Amino acid sequence: MSGQTLFQKLWDAHVVHVEPDGTTLLYIDRHLVHEVTSPQAFEGLKLAGRTPRRTDAAIAVPDHNVPTTDRSQGIADPVSRLQVETLDANCAEFGITEFKMDDIRQGIVHVIGPEEGLTLPGMTVVCGDSHTSTHGAFGALAFGIGTSEVEHVLATQCLWQKPSKTLLVKVEGTLGRGVTAKDIALAIIGEIGTAGGTGYAIEFGGSAIRALTMEGRMTLCNMAIEAGARAGMVAVDATTIDYVKGRPYAPQGEAWDKAVAWWNTLHSDADAQFDRVVELDATKIEPQVTWGTSPEMVTTVSGRVPNPTDAPNEVKANDWLRALDYMGLAAGTPIAEIPVDKVFIGSCTNSRIEDLREAAAVAKDRKIASGVKLALVVPGSGLVKRQAEQEGLDKVFIEAGFEWREPGCSMCLAMNADRLEPGERCASTSNRNFEGRQGQGGRTHLVSPAMAAAAACAGHFVDVRHF
Amino acid sequence: MMRAFTTLDGLVAPLDRANVDTDAIIPKQFLKSIKRAGFGPNLFDEWRYLDHGEPGMDPATRQPNPDFVLNFPRYQGTSVLLARDNFGCGSSREHAPWALEDYGIRAVIAPSFADIFYNNCFKNGILPIVLDAVVVDRLFQECEASEGYRLGIDLDKQTVTTPGGEILKFEVDGGRKHRLLNGLDDIGLTLLQGDKIKAYEERRKQEAPWLFA
Repeated sequence: MSGQTLFQKLWDAHVVHVEPDGTTLLYIDRHLVHEVTSPQAFEGLKLAGRTPRRTDAAIAVPDHNVPTTDRSQGIADPVSRLQVETLDANCAEFGITEFKMDDIRQGIVHVIGPEEGLTLPGMTVVCGDSHTSTHGAFGALAFGIGTSEVEHVLATQCLWQKPSKTLLVKVEGTLGRGVTAKDIALAIIGEIGTAGGTGYAIEFGGSAIRALTMEGRMTLCNMAIEAGARAGMVAVDATTIDYVKGRPYAPQGEAWDKAVAWWNTLHSDADAQFDRVVELDATKIEPQVTWGTSPEMVTTVSGRVPNPTDAPNEVKANDWLRALDYMGLAAGTPIAEIPVDKVFIGSCTNSRIEDLREAAAVAKDRKIASGVKLALVVPGSGLVKRQAEQEGLDKVFIEAGFEWREPGCSMCLAMNADRLEPGERCASTSNRNFEGRQGQGGRTHLVSPAMAAAAACAGHFVDVRHF
Repeated sequence: MMRAFTTLDGLVAPLDRANVDTDAIIPKQFLKSIKRAGFGPNLFDEWRYLDHGEPGMDPATRQPNPDFVLNFPRYQGTSVLLARDNFGCGSSREHAPWALEDYGIRAVIAPSFADIFYNNCFKNGILPIVLDAVVVDRLFQECEASEGYRLGIDLDKQTVTTPGGEILKFEVDGGRKHRLLNGLDDIGLTLLQGDKIKAYEERRKQEAPWLFA
């Protein structure tokens, strides 16, 4: 018999009950809650006269609607305000811990979970948010759910699931200077497509992944959903355990030792069989820039906008044509000649301290280009913001002409006041370049933090390796 | 109780693009609502209207986009949406199936769906049907060629019947089918396993005490 994959180990540890057809009742260890996808779940719970099964397993934070400018007057938009107040009221009523808007620990739900040690190896982690895959970086089984399932987890602490197929994405070799986890993520999506991971849980392995920091692994797992996979994961190693140690909600003393003993088993066995394996050469990955309206529409910074006549089939050719029209781009345009109007550095993909350091290293002693109307830096949490300020990164950004903001999801999805106007083009460190994602008519190009900072200073995309 | 889905004889509209994401199905500004209902008028808002939509606008005052398929007179009353690969990709927002259901869509036929969206449909009385890409392509051609094109759907038999009498079989997971046919609430069924959940928790408290505060 062959060994087990990491996915199988995590799955087996959480099985409560199996139906004859294989549908499994899976136990959920950690439930992250935010204001957008939870109000209807709490309402459903109340209408049915139910209460949460385990309030200690849940943690809530407002992130999507919060302003990133001065918060002393609260939220100006009454609809956004009501949604955040509804989260506050539901958490108070049911006794769920919430990091409110004025708490230093407030931030993007996928940043604060790991930061606080609320996300631990071996856990099942869910949230009414597709980017929950982020937490798989810890050797956890983490995936996004809809609001009905948010209610289901609140009421039962379980979910009905069928096991996913397993996909190993193996990235071997050493990344070049200026090439980051974000570029690996985009290169993988470019290779397998946005539906390449549908039905699979992806495990990222190989020497290039082992060499990534936890923050890099989070960036990579965050974008598993952009490859179609609900869950992405990386095996536990010393990097994982060092990161978790000493965090506020991490176990301590005897419990820590017991936990580490189990966590050290959380890797795929050498002879484990995957349903599919994809291999990438890290040494060949260059800084990536998306040119279209799906993350799979991506090329390298030295590349050109492709021609729809080169598309592999008719459906794709039509998609490319529509994308070029929406993006206002002509086929054959060199990526490095595309000017940008706005720059966004932030989101659950790239708003952690290492991301800000990489961007600041590029922005240092430079100014944003005259054609750039707005360059935003939105830290992922209050604690990331404080750390960055202690390191003086805020001053680097402000001196270069960037705006230094309060933490939240911000212009990744533009539910708050931060958005693109129709036709504006943005270099963004977020995860989705869908039509209208950053504001109706807005044009998004996904890049790494260093590439975004370089585009802000150059006024167009530029290869950060030679900048 | 969720609305059950048994059979449907529905007018079909073709949405001919791949990777239709949930941001397109229901844009973010409408996610600020704390209600489950009322998303239908804003389904595909940025494609369906020429003016910019915000919550609370009266749909009667909006400017419909005459080039968007659901605005064509022949597709008024659509309950079956024909779509391309990877329909429903992106965000986990259940507002997407809420908006489809509120608009009147009861079934979506595509060569493939994104996982989270597919799952969310079953919680809201919508049947997502996967058919082979070649078959879907043919349905697109038939639908566009013939005004008033309807499809018959039978969940119990797992069939789609074309106007020409062709019967197309589709796969659906047994548990999901049972719950959708009967409009059953998952939580009620799960709570029947209460003893097993409790036993699991007792065991885990010994094995992994750090998971319990």
